[in-house]
Amino acid sequence: MPTYLDHNATTPLDARVLEAMLPYLSGPYGNASSLHRFGRAARDAVERAREQVAALVGCQPGEIVWTSGGTEANNLAVKGVAAVRRGRLLYGATEHPAVMEAALALAGERDVAAVAVDAQGIVDWSALAAQLAQGPVALVALMRANNETGVVQDLARAAALVHEAGAWLHVDAVQAAGRIAVDFRALGADLMSLSSHKLYGPKGIGALVRRAEVDLVPLHHGGPQEKGLRGGTENVAAIVGFGVAAELARQELERRTRHTLALRERLEAGLATLPGVRVFAAGVERLPNTVQFALPGFDGEALLMQLDRKGFAVSSGSACASGKHEPSHVLLAMGVEPEIARGAIRVSLGVDNTAEQIDAFVETLRALHASLSRTVVPV
Amino acid sequence: MSGFIDLDHAATTPLDPAVRAAMLEWLDDTGYGNPASDHALGRRARAAVEAARAEVAALIGASSEEIIWTSGATEANNLAIKGALEFRGAERAHLITSRIEHKSVVDTCRYLETRGVRVSWLDPDPGGRIDTARVIAALRPETVLVSLMWVNNETGTINPVAELAPLLRERGVLLHVDAVQAAGKLAIDLAALPIDLLSLSAHKFYGPKGIGALFVRKRPRARLAPQLHGGGHEQGMRSGTLATHQIVGMGVAARLAAARRAGDAERLAALCARLERQLTSLPGVLRNGDAAHAAPHILNLSFAGIDGESLRARLPMLAVSSGSACSSATREPSYVLRALGRDDRLAGASLRFSPGRATRETDIDAAAQQVRAAVGLLRELAPGDA
Repeated sequence: MPTYLDHNATTPLDARVLEAMLPYLSGPYGNASSLHRFGRAARDAVERAREQVAALVGCQPGEIVWTSGGTEANNLAVKGVAAVRRGRLLYGATEHPAVMEAALALAGERDVAAVAVDAQGIVDWSALAAQLAQGPVALVALMRANNETGVVQDLARAAALVHEAGAWLHVDAVQAAGRIAVDFRALGADLMSLSSHKLYGPKGIGALVRRAEVDLVPLHHGGPQEKGLRGGTENVAAIVGFGVAAELARQELERRTRHTLALRERLEAGLATLPGVRVFAAGVERLPNTVQFALPGFDGEALLMQLDRKGFAVSSGSACASGKHEPSHVLLAMGVEPEIARGAIRVSLGVDNTAEQIDAFVETLRALHASLSRTVVPV
Repeated sequence: MSGFIDLDHAATTPLDPAVRAAMLEWLDDTGYGNPASDHALGRRARAAVEAARAEVAALIGASSEEIIWTSGATEANNLAIKGALEFRGAERAHLITSRIEHKSVVDTCRYLETRGVRVSWLDPDPGGRIDTARVIAALRPETVLVSLMWVNNETGTINPVAELAPLLRERGVLLHVDAVQAAGKLAIDLAALPIDLLSLSAHKFYGPKGIGALFVRKRPRARLAPQLHGGGHEQGMRSGTLATHQIVGMGVAARLAAARRAGDAERLAALCARLERQLTSLPGVLRNGDAAHAAPHILNLSFAGIDGESLRARLPMLAVSSGSACSSATREPSYVLRALGRDDRLAGASLRFSPGRATRETDIDAAAQQVRAAVGLLRELAPGDA
């Protein structure tokens, strides 16, 4: 088995989560909308999961809308609000493609603009204030934590600015939930997206949290499910799995944070012994499990392949963008030179990683660095 | 649950044990890679996703690159209709659909009406079919799309989509077919049939919930505007991390459905006929939907002179539907049966029976006996109402 260091792409399913899902993959199956007995069992399970997810992120169960994942939740937030509210759409320059592309898809019909970040990836607050002052804004979309760099934004600060301008705040909390404390109320968010498979739950399920006052036009029309906001037969097994994964994340948050942060610090200490390594956003608060770095002069994709051959699963950035060998838009927005950004490697740690794995990774990197230094002419 | 008889397979089906076993392999500690990741775990998941794509394509006579994964048929129907209209420019565009489509098509078309799209809503004939000549007559120069279901989910009536498809192709109008109730029940060969877009749902053929697919024809290419933007998955038509276990489950379910289709169809038709014989020997029992064009797995009957709510209340051990599961929460008489010309009372006093692979003749006989007893009792309680 390879050493898995790519938990921001996806996490393994927790065995306890699978255990909870199993009955819904065999016994009391049923369409949760059906009124007969099997349907009632399924409905109870779906509502229990809603409470579990709500407890993780400090919202009311009734504020949760199930989706097929983080991408759908982000699309529903951006497009769903845009369909009912006038005004511009603003999004952070380092947002996930699901937010950025959803906003840009509306650029033909309204004003859409990115909010700049500084060299550490933190939102440029004065730029945001200036953009808010330029006239009505429908929605501002900012992520709680970045998927590539792990940079954590002070969104309570954003919320004050956004609300003062009469706009709504959408928070992409896909990477943050289960890794750091996420409190929908305390953040002052109006909408927030979540994904199960980033917190040891199953793939194919996520949620959009939205305050009751927030009006939305659905993306998936048809059927009364989710109060008419999201049609389609409920994926009961996945919802149950998400619920249990959320409950475990809440119970174990502190332990998980402590464990991954210790490993990250060990990794960063190791990286510091390699010549020329640059850790991105090193000076600001980041997710405890995430470090993105570059070895100047090396191509990230090539390094990634070498590491893969040696049994280490890492990423050059977002899994969604793989196939495209373009430098990360996140790093470019932070002003990183394209040739440095092209060398980026993201390590994202999980609960099962060990200190031995980290040490082996650093030594492998050191060996690759030495051999590649001999064979590759640095750019 | 012993004694409980499930005749509601048109709402959902249990997972086939082989499907379940295949899914579990991707829920363990080696199967979790993100199919979009460029490392060994990612490549392994990607290969499984592509193998499943080929299985689903084979079920409908398509090629792999024509299959786009979605979270289910509701999303597939939304993507097909909104995607096609948006790509062609929704303003002043015209689309044709019917009054008996699934809620996900009806609601999507209604939404598009609010966005300026003109929609022609075709009525079925009394047997529940949408006549091809009516579709052709409704065409306008600005018609972009016709969306029609292959098999109606409430009545089981088969629409003449095979007859319609070449006529629309000649006229350059896209055809979207909601084939959710047809897949695994009727032979579907898209290599021969010029349908442009076709929706599928795994959990209607013993696969998992939460996964479906949209067939998008390559030649001639059906062009869609994506509805979920993001990482550019699924040829840019549908972003979002692929749920490997769900997709693998749909692939195995599709393979089984293809292998079992003819045998399943014959058995289910015989079970429906057996039930129909036992119930229509009662007076005042009306079949909803044309018997000459019936899918093998659905039987819909109205019971004259009794209240539908009371009837269902007297059948606690029988899982059947009144209308579609999606609209049962609203407890309104089925809009499909109303469109067939049934009045509110008859539409309300209807039951949809849909047997499945595990249904035995003894289940059918027991169900018939329970329904006959309930109908008899209710008619005794309110004589003369019939």
